[in-house]
Amino acid sequence: MENKKLTQAQMDTKWTELGDFFRRKSIWMLMYCTGCCAIELPQAMTSAYDMERLGMGPMATPRQADVLLITGYLSLKTLRRLVYTYEQMSEPKYVVAFGPCVINGGIYHDSHAVLNRLDHYLPIDVYISGCMPNPESVMNGFTDLMDLIKNKTAVGWKNYRDNNEWYKKNQMDALGEVFVHDEFHE
Amino acid sequence: MSVILMSMLIGLGVALFGFTLQTTIGGINRKVVGRMQKRYGPKWYQEFLDIFKALSKRAISHGWIYDFGVIMAVGGITATAMFMPITDSLVAFAGYDNFFIFVYLLAVGMLGMAMSASGSGNPLASIGVMRALTQMLAYEVPFMVVVITIIKVSGTSSLTGIMEFQQANGWFALSLPIGFGVAFLSLLGMLGKKPFETYIAPSEIASGPMVEYGGKQLGLLFVMHEIATFIEVSLFVHLFLGGASNIIEFLAKYFIVYTVANLISNLNGRFKIDQVVVFFYKWPLALAVLQAIWVLWR
Ligand code: SF4
Repeated sequence: MENKKLTQAQMDTKWTELGDFFRRKSIWMLMYCTGCCAIELPQAMTSAYDMERLGMGPMATPRQADVLLITGYLSLKTLRRLVYTYEQMSEPKYVVAFGPCVINGGIYHDSHAVLNRLDHYLPIDVYISGCMPNPESVMNGFTDLMDLIKNKTAVGWKNYRDNNEWYKKNQMDALGEVFVHDEFHE
Repeated sequence: MSVILMSMLIGLGVALFGFTLQTTIGGINRKVVGRMQKRYGPKWYQEFLDIFKALSKRAISHGWIYDFGVIMAVGGITATAMFMPITDSLVAFAGYDNFFIFVYLLAVGMLGMAMSASGSGNPLASIGVMRALTQMLAYEVPFMVVVITIIKVSGTSSLTGIMEFQQANGWFALSLPIGFGVAFLSLLGMLGKKPFETYIAPSEIASGPMVEYGGKQLGLLFVMHEIATFIEVSLFVHLFLGGASNIIEFLAKYFIVYTVANLISNLNGRFKIDQVVVFFYKWPLALAVLQAIWVLWR
């Protein structure tokens, strides 16, 4: 009798596993098309590679989306919007980053306007390599994300919550002081 | 007492059946569209995965109006679906399946959604709600003219009565062909299918009323949307295609109507909202009135 009854922790694990099953079979993307890597998404979405057969689809707003795609280099000016967007998404949320530009700056590594390491500012779950990555590797990246969700290792959103001060400090260091005039201009 | 309880249980069963049916057929239709575009398409149960995924996520709130509106929408739509006859003998509240019940009760769900969307405070949501109401004003007028013609011809406004009349005298789709066409255009408007997709418009107003929804509220809105689609398509089947005498017939008719609407949707672009209103007030309304005059003074 005693071992039939599950503890609260075991019940939570069961619910998480059930949720993870749905979350990896149905992934809604929010495309933050900053750089040139974005041009590889249409091929992955349409007839040739057909992302929808994996249950993925584009969504219109951050609130509805599960995964944020950062396609390419990230300039200083877009970081603030990116952070707003990421923080609006409902948990659990994942981030997929495209190309070497988000890892070490890529060919823009010495530009004053481009941030070099994205994972100082946002938690990244999957990197997709290639400049630009071809549609096969894009699809491969998404199946990797599904595996990570299955193995419970796609925990970027938890890291962001736990290490929030560190991320916030890095973001502030990069942005400097922001003077907000109105909602559209800084 | 127990009769009422029994009816309620059957009614809830009908609502659940409607949800399951429409979600399945919606998923199959995504596959159909995929094949049409030379893709493999998602799994047939993809819509279920999407809905349960959305329900499994964490939700934020924008205030109690926002939360309450969602619950009111789901509740209102479920209550409407409970009155829907499935075949001419399977109806939860026999004698209460009047056409006007659906018109009034459907508004409760829609208003709940409108209230909740406005409660989110996003300007795009208000634009979406405004467009949805404007569009409703546009397609309801020709649709009502056609339905009132039907009620006049069959002498009853109960759906089962209209169904039985058609089974005796032939489908209204054949005896009132103009009205059938007009009502099909109105159905496209009701379902928010493509030429009349003005209030969703993902690339223009970021999915309109749903712009601020995420997680559980979004999942509930999807449930509401599936049941609302079930109600609208079944109304069309019962009014024009002779209803159904058994459940297989109902499933077949339902599937055909929804698939044709969906295929038309995927071949079209999107009207602007003013074009929608002008369109519905021009040809469909004129044809509907013409047919009403022709039928009544024949
Ligand atoms: S990785 Fe290459 S393709 Fe992608 S944004 Fe950078 S330069 Fe462009």
